[in-house]
Amino acid sequence: MSQSLIGSRYQLHVARAGATESKAAHDYYAVHPGDVEESADGDDITGYVHSYEVGSTVDGPGIRMVAFLTGCLLRCQYCHNPDTWHKYNGNPVTVAQAMRTIGKYAQVLKLSKGGLTISGGEPVVQRPFLMQIFRRTKQLGVHTCLDTSGRLGDKLTDDDLAHIDLNILDIKSGDPATYEKVTRQPLKPTLDYARRLSALRRPMWVRYVLVPGLTDDFDNVESVAEFAAGLASLERVEILRFHQMGKEKWHKLGLEYPLENVEPPDAALTERVRGQFRNRGLTVY
Amino acid sequence: MATVLKPANDQAASAWRGFVPGAWQSRVNVRDFIQRNYTPYEGDGAFLAGPTERTTNLWKKLAPLLAKEREKGILDVSQVPSSILAHDPGYIDKDREIIVGLQTDAPLKRAIMPFGGWRVVANSLEAYGYKPDEKVGEIFTKYRRTHNDGVFDAYTPEIRKARSSGIVTGLPDAYGRGRIIGDYRRVALYGVDFLIADKKREKQELDDRHSTEEIIRSREELSEQIRSLEELKVMATRYGYDISVPATNAREAVQWTYFGYLAAIKQQNGAAMSAGRLSTFWDIYFERDLREGVLTEAQAQEIVDDVVIKWRIVRFLRAPEYNLLFSGDPVWVTEVIGGQGEDGRTLVTKSAFRMLHTLYNLGPAPEPNITVFWSTRLPDGFKRFAIKTSIDTSAIQYESDDLMRPKWGDDCAIACCVSAMRVGKQMQFFGARVNLPKTLLYALNGGRDEVSGQQVGPNLAPISGDVLDYDEVMERLDPMMDWLAKTYVNALNVIHYMHDKYCYEAIEMALHDRDILRTLACGIAGLSHSADSLSAIKYAKVAPVRDERGIIVDFKTDGEFPCFGNNDDRADDIAKTLVSMMMNKIRMYPSYRNSVHTQSVLTITSNVVYGKATGNTPDGRKKGQPFAPGANPSNGKDTHGALAALMSVAKIPYDDAEDGISLTLSVVPSALGSLDERLERGVNALDAYFGTGGFHVNINVLNRETLQDAMKNPDKYPQLTIRVSGYAVNFVKLTKEQQLDVINRTFHGGM
Repeated sequence: MSQSLIGSRYQLHVARAGATESKAAHDYYAVHPGDVEESADGDDITGYVHSYEVGSTVDGPGIRMVAFLTGCLLRCQYCHNPDTWHKYNGNPVTVAQAMRTIGKYAQVLKLSKGGLTISGGEPVVQRPFLMQIFRRTKQLGVHTCLDTSGRLGDKLTDDDLAHIDLNILDIKSGDPATYEKVTRQPLKPTLDYARRLSALRRPMWVRYVLVPGLTDDFDNVESVAEFAAGLASLERVEILRFHQMGKEKWHKLGLEYPLENVEPPDAALTERVRGQFRNRGLTVY
Repeated sequence: MATVLKPANDQAASAWRGFVPGAWQSRVNVRDFIQRNYTPYEGDGAFLAGPTERTTNLWKKLAPLLAKEREKGILDVSQVPSSILAHDPGYIDKDREIIVGLQTDAPLKRAIMPFGGWRVVANSLEAYGYKPDEKVGEIFTKYRRTHNDGVFDAYTPEIRKARSSGIVTGLPDAYGRGRIIGDYRRVALYGVDFLIADKKREKQELDDRHSTEEIIRSREELSEQIRSLEELKVMATRYGYDISVPATNAREAVQWTYFGYLAAIKQQNGAAMSAGRLSTFWDIYFERDLREGVLTEAQAQEIVDDVVIKWRIVRFLRAPEYNLLFSGDPVWVTEVIGGQGEDGRTLVTKSAFRMLHTLYNLGPAPEPNITVFWSTRLPDGFKRFAIKTSIDTSAIQYESDDLMRPKWGDDCAIACCVSAMRVGKQMQFFGARVNLPKTLLYALNGGRDEVSGQQVGPNLAPISGDVLDYDEVMERLDPMMDWLAKTYVNALNVIHYMHDKYCYEAIEMALHDRDILRTLACGIAGLSHSADSLSAIKYAKVAPVRDERGIIVDFKTDGEFPCFGNNDDRADDIAKTLVSMMMNKIRMYPSYRNSVHTQSVLTITSNVVYGKATGNTPDGRKKGQPFAPGANPSNGKDTHGALAALMSVAKIPYDDAEDGISLTLSVVPSALGSLDERLERGVNALDAYFGTGGFHVNINVLNRETLQDAMKNPDKYPQLTIRVSGYAVNFVKLTKEQQLDVINRTFHGGM
């Protein structure tokens, strides 16, 4: 039995994404206005979900249910879920339907000291859907976690933040130019969000994706480490080593994969980067 | 009026020094002794001792023998028909062993057990290049009938057809049935003379009863039991021990207990020869010795290490067909540790830790089959120690104490993998398992086998039409399962009648009460494929494809359907229904010795054998492909993660599967977080699974070697999944380079 497998759903969606002839039918890099518009309220809100799984040990504390929402503004070079870039690629699901599923696992998520993590894509793209789910989930007594790039942090109100028990914030580079090169989006909104979380003492973890030749520059990492060290509510830092498991998805979508031949970082590089954070007294994994 | 049995002399009286008196002293009642005398332990494993030099050297001495055995298949054979007294004493290293006793006169030398069947013995010998002894062959063909002879005399043509078609296979008609756990602790606690006197009393009580078949059989069985107990005593004297009296210290307690077990494996070659629930019992003696200052912790551990070494070298001579069903020389020396007592105290003792610790002192091994009875109320120190051992060795299985205790009490143990019973008060008539997917195909094909075309099942109307209709299919499945249940129970009744008659487990039963509960332990294989197939028929569109014989041999499925393993009631309810349906049908057919009908959802490796014999199934499984093992969801059909799959399996009703429900879970250790966090997560996962009704889980925590093996032999690991943040992938589907990367990333000094 697999620990968790969303392979078949990924295959399905990549095939369904309009890339039937393995060629993107439109400018896949463009961000559609529809992806960022606001919509209705309450349990009837429809969200777009790529997939979900229950039993993750790598998306927050304890054993978690993780839902991956579609829609993202960033176009990270190393993205391993390019099939989540466009919101309407996902399965439409109402809040009511989602809560029925989450409700089935509430007891087991509490027993396992885990909770619900919402990731993506960039979940805040679907802010009303996201927050309605989180509010309802808190009512069940289940721990909530948001896995985000921070790009749309300003869309979340202070009250929203009170319903998010943990933020896992992906700071993709410290040098603004590098950040834009990696993601096609600006760095500042993410830093502002982090500072705000810190000021409000909202618990957070920081993640850094280490890609040799792209994000491994010493000073680039130093900026992130220095910034992280100033975050009062930071609980830990996780260094995620780049992997090539998303490569096939880029190919299936007919996209040119910018990191086609990049090797994962070796132990030495990984330890160097970890050290840069550790030197500042941070807990690093 | 029952005689009050007291220890016969001073020596025996001193054997019980310091023990809290109770009912156990006048009557055989091991549970009472344990409850009054054991010391619950709620701490951690810091007190444990590593292996002594003696242990390490002894274990090393076996290494070349084990290597040679792997090379040749078996190391050596003795053609003296095995029995308690058939062989002279044997040793690994006479001067260095603390616990002594081998099945034959040399380590790893396998004995023949012709009472089960001569043909099987001859085939097994020839398979390994030995010439069967002609004189022995003559005795067991001309002068003495065997279990196998009897069974095939009484099998009906219907049963024979079912066997050869592969809808009912792997029955214990050509191998020892096992699934009996002698209460070996009785030997240590009471000494054999006390037990003989008790058996004589039991027999005497039947003197005034009228001689019905049942009473006659009982009298003969009790006589055989008494005889075996006498032989047990003689066997021990040959090794230099007088076990007529109770054990006086920890080393003797372990030795006496092991002698009981040894006699059993000299007399019988049951598929499962399980040990019971020994460590809590032994711990009482360890605690007394430590209190009296005659034993150190290192010595205590050494004794446990030594008996475990003995368990690891138990061997039986098997035929090649047997090895297909049960590959890898399994013995299922299942030893239960942990659990909670009925009075609320934990049954975890320091010896539970010592037993787990042998996996470090001697390295991991599948035997003994260490089984943790998990309750959410177990002490935290033990829970973490068990999880850590799982992470380091993948050698433990877990079962729900909270589900078993209300049914079987707090002195129950496991026979084989998942089959619980009260020790000394219950035995199981092992029934292997039937092929449920093939039954479904028979329902579609009016009882004709989809592979051979033969009419095996009842000649009912096959399904006509171009699309399978769920109600029509269920209408046909019902009588087909009826027929299957009838044929199955018929076969098992024959098997167990003959096994009792020709191959009676005298010493094991001598260590039971006279009046015991017997269960008829049936089983089903291929549950997930059956449930998924019916789900496909119900929720999607399944068009049957017929061949030139008019038999449905393939399916075209259009549309999606929910599968078992995703916590989706639409599919899970079908699985539950199938389990209950089969159980209720089995219950309708009278069982041998009025045994209580039970059922397991467990396959061992018969999922491969059955899969080979079964054609394409509507869920998409291809002809010849193995079934998912036990109650596992079908390979790749659980798409929502481990907890979703666990919760589906937890829904299977234990009340209709009292012989056990088996689940195997393979996890790659999360490389994120500290060790403490990982242990915490493991504990929480098990609390969650068992807390929501799960029965059993076999956890494989994969390591680098496993992943490398998976690269070379992908067929062994179809469900292996690697998980990294935000992504999941089926390992064997990756390219070689990707797999190498995953191996490196996962184990390369931590991710």
